[in-house]
Amino acid sequence: MSELALEIKGLSKQFGGLPAVSDVTLAIRPGERHLLLGPNGAGKTTLFNLICGDLPPTAGSIRLFGQELVGLPPRKRTACGLARTYQILTLFPHETLCRNVMLALNGLRPQKWRFWRDFDDDTDMRAEAFAILERVKLADLADRTVSQTAYGDRRRLEIALALALAPRVLLLDEPLAGLSRDERVMVQELLDTLPQDITIVLIEHDMDVALAFAERITLLHHGSVVITGSRAEIAADPRTREVYLGA
Amino acid sequence: MTRRMLPFAVVLAAMALVPVFTPSHFYVNLTSQVAIAAIGALGLNVLVGHAGLNSLGFAVFPGLSAYLVAWLSTLGGFDPVSAGLLAIGGTMLVAGLFGVVALRATGLGFVMITMALCQIVWGAAYRWTSVTGGDNGISAVPRPGTGLLPLERPEVFLWLCVGTLALALIQLGRFFDSPMGVALRGTRDQPRRMSAVGYDVWRIRFSAWMLAAAWGAVTGLLYAWYHQFVSPHMMAVTASAEVLLMVVAGGAGTLAGPLIGAALVVLLKNLASIWIERWVMLLGCTFVAIVLLMPDGIVPGFGLLRAALARLRPAPAPKLVPRERADV
Amino acid sequence: MAFWVSQTLNALALGGLLFMLASGFSLIFGLMRVANLAHGALFMLGAYVGLALVKAGFGFWTAAATTAVLVGVLGGVIERTLLRHLAGRTLPQVLLTLGLAFIIADACLMTWGGDPMRLPPPPELAGAVRFGDVVFPRYRLFVIFASAAVALGLWLLVERTRAGAMIRAAVDDVGMARAIGVSASTLFTAVFCLGTALAGLGGVIGGPILSVYPSLDQDMLPLALLVVILGGAGSLAGAFVGAYIIGFIYTFGQVLVPDLAYVILFLPMVAVLAVAPQGLFGRRLG
Repeated sequence: MSELALEIKGLSKQFGGLPAVSDVTLAIRPGERHLLLGPNGAGKTTLFNLICGDLPPTAGSIRLFGQELVGLPPRKRTACGLARTYQILTLFPHETLCRNVMLALNGLRPQKWRFWRDFDDDTDMRAEAFAILERVKLADLADRTVSQTAYGDRRRLEIALALALAPRVLLLDEPLAGLSRDERVMVQELLDTLPQDITIVLIEHDMDVALAFAERITLLHHGSVVITGSRAEIAADPRTREVYLGA
Repeated sequence: MTRRMLPFAVVLAAMALVPVFTPSHFYVNLTSQVAIAAIGALGLNVLVGHAGLNSLGFAVFPGLSAYLVAWLSTLGGFDPVSAGLLAIGGTMLVAGLFGVVALRATGLGFVMITMALCQIVWGAAYRWTSVTGGDNGISAVPRPGTGLLPLERPEVFLWLCVGTLALALIQLGRFFDSPMGVALRGTRDQPRRMSAVGYDVWRIRFSAWMLAAAWGAVTGLLYAWYHQFVSPHMMAVTASAEVLLMVVAGGAGTLAGPLIGAALVVLLKNLASIWIERWVMLLGCTFVAIVLLMPDGIVPGFGLLRAALARLRPAPAPKLVPRERADV
Repeated sequence: MAFWVSQTLNALALGGLLFMLASGFSLIFGLMRVANLAHGALFMLGAYVGLALVKAGFGFWTAAATTAVLVGVLGGVIERTLLRHLAGRTLPQVLLTLGLAFIIADACLMTWGGDPMRLPPPPELAGAVRFGDVVFPRYRLFVIFASAAVALGLWLLVERTRAGAMIRAAVDDVGMARAIGVSASTLFTAVFCLGTALAGLGGVIGGPILSVYPSLDQDMLPLALLVVILGGAGSLAGAFVGAYIIGFIYTFGQVLVPDLAYVILFLPMVAVLAVAPQGLFGRRLG
């Protein structure tokens, strides 16, 4: 039996008395493209926050390639090969795009504690950062600060910061939110070029892109898994219609 | 890097040369005071400007180290240099403990905890009369001084202060551009992202706290040697507020800001003590004025002003000018 | 035995005064996310104004009520004209309220001089009460009950009235409160007035016990901060419990280890922050 990339069992989170995520169980294979579907408030982003450690779960277990993540701080989970993007842009607004990526590159390296050498003198790391910016088509803007770039560029930088960590499992929270049609195509192409061995869990409301991208889909509603299955299974299931049409 | 440090070198050289221009001890000592204050302000700027941690109890670091060196070199019987080293070490130990407590919070919680911590030490200095001398403080603190470095002479002491200030500027200037410095500002702007890309946000903040404490301790040492006297007033709320004013007035997050702010506050305080006796009132009014008129401080304000002037200046109308010249 | 009983009563009286000071601070903090560092100065201003009114021939009760109104109005003016424009900006708010604290403190020093003054308790509360071998000033007993009454009144206001429901809604979520028709602007001013009026009233009530002197603000503000750190910002119950904890530790510290009375205040703070960084009754702040 091959090891699962991400295995979630009985995961629950309550805020006060209100369940935001209840008893979620998911099994995601290495290299899988998995889509989380569900209306607003279904608990998708809360699930991401639980996986990456921004929130402690009330109950349950999260395993990344067999390693238990619950109880580890976010940075240790990152060291295990997990990376994520945020639905609300979470960038370093006063730094250049290049330095944004360099900060992310440095996060898991011991030289982050250097306090004497100039950060920009690290030409090797600058080259690495450029290569990543190249992948998200931002290399031309490398020396602009984030505040000098357009929203669409920032969305791709958001992805670049996660890619800088060379993750084994990547969580993407609405990477297309607020983008124009052309920008969507650009991000879609970027997603298609990501190496097949990266496991990707995606939250996205753009169904054209999301359904084309994902192999398996989990439908969440009121914090619980309604159904997990292939595209066709989800589309055929009457519960999908119920959740979305409130029937 | 080197080019950016040039204006600092010029300013520091000018400060060191004050004794050459004037024999008056008053100006020499005033320059020493500016240098000492600037080192402290540079230290606080690590927290306020780069870590986004607004400390209202910074005076606790200079206070502790000044009291330690004063006690050790008078009642403790140590020679001034050993006392100084021990004082810095002792201050760092207490700072470590305080850091663990204060960094349980950020934002307003951090403001309140740092203020409370400083007040507790102030209260100890004030009340624990048998050790600290209470309100009278500890006087006759000896300056270190050997044949080669007669620190009892004001101009030599000034050079020590300016030299230390130069070290602080170089160390912090490099720190702010280093991976650590960039990461520190990262924890200020996006702590969540920072831990998501693998940084230990708490440890980065704690390191910044200790760095600020170290320069605070150095300030306290120079302060105790300069005045040869320590009293609880150096840990009063007004003292912490003065350092904060230097940072904010000069421009938090800039390297030159704390230096300019320190010069401004020290000069203002000295002028105020000559002309009016209401320093606390003036301090309060300055705070309110800064908040209302210049919330970003002098250095960034100057940058904005220059940008505004550049925009105002009529773009050198290229079509008109040559034609007129051609006519002539 | 008599020593312990009378010191316990002293601790309750100090705790009550601290509650009057800290509850206002905490309400303002919880609602507006503003740490009003002028709170100690307003407490001292209250003491001085009350004293001035008593000296001018007003009765103690009239003086106390008038002072509370005056200081509350001053608080409202500060909120309306200055603080309002700094919403959400921590450092400018800190600088502004600290600056105002200095201005108020120095204005008091200018007006009333540097010598400590005594505010006499009202004649009907002068003298002492005797229970067995404990002799205790009648006025301090009054302070214990008066502060408990203030606490009860505040609790009823917040938990049982419509205005209190608005405050609670806005503490939870200002945006949501606005959406259901609460005028946050009016509410903010009202709570700021209430909080500062309580500080002013606390100053007058505390005057006969603490006496009135120039660094009263610097003695009281840190204690109020400790109360709020212990109890949790924005919580009345926290302010209540925290105030009595600090009242007890400080009172007994001063008589048992006078040199280190301030230092032992450090201990409850460390203990609480270690276990619950948000304070005993507080919610985690962002």
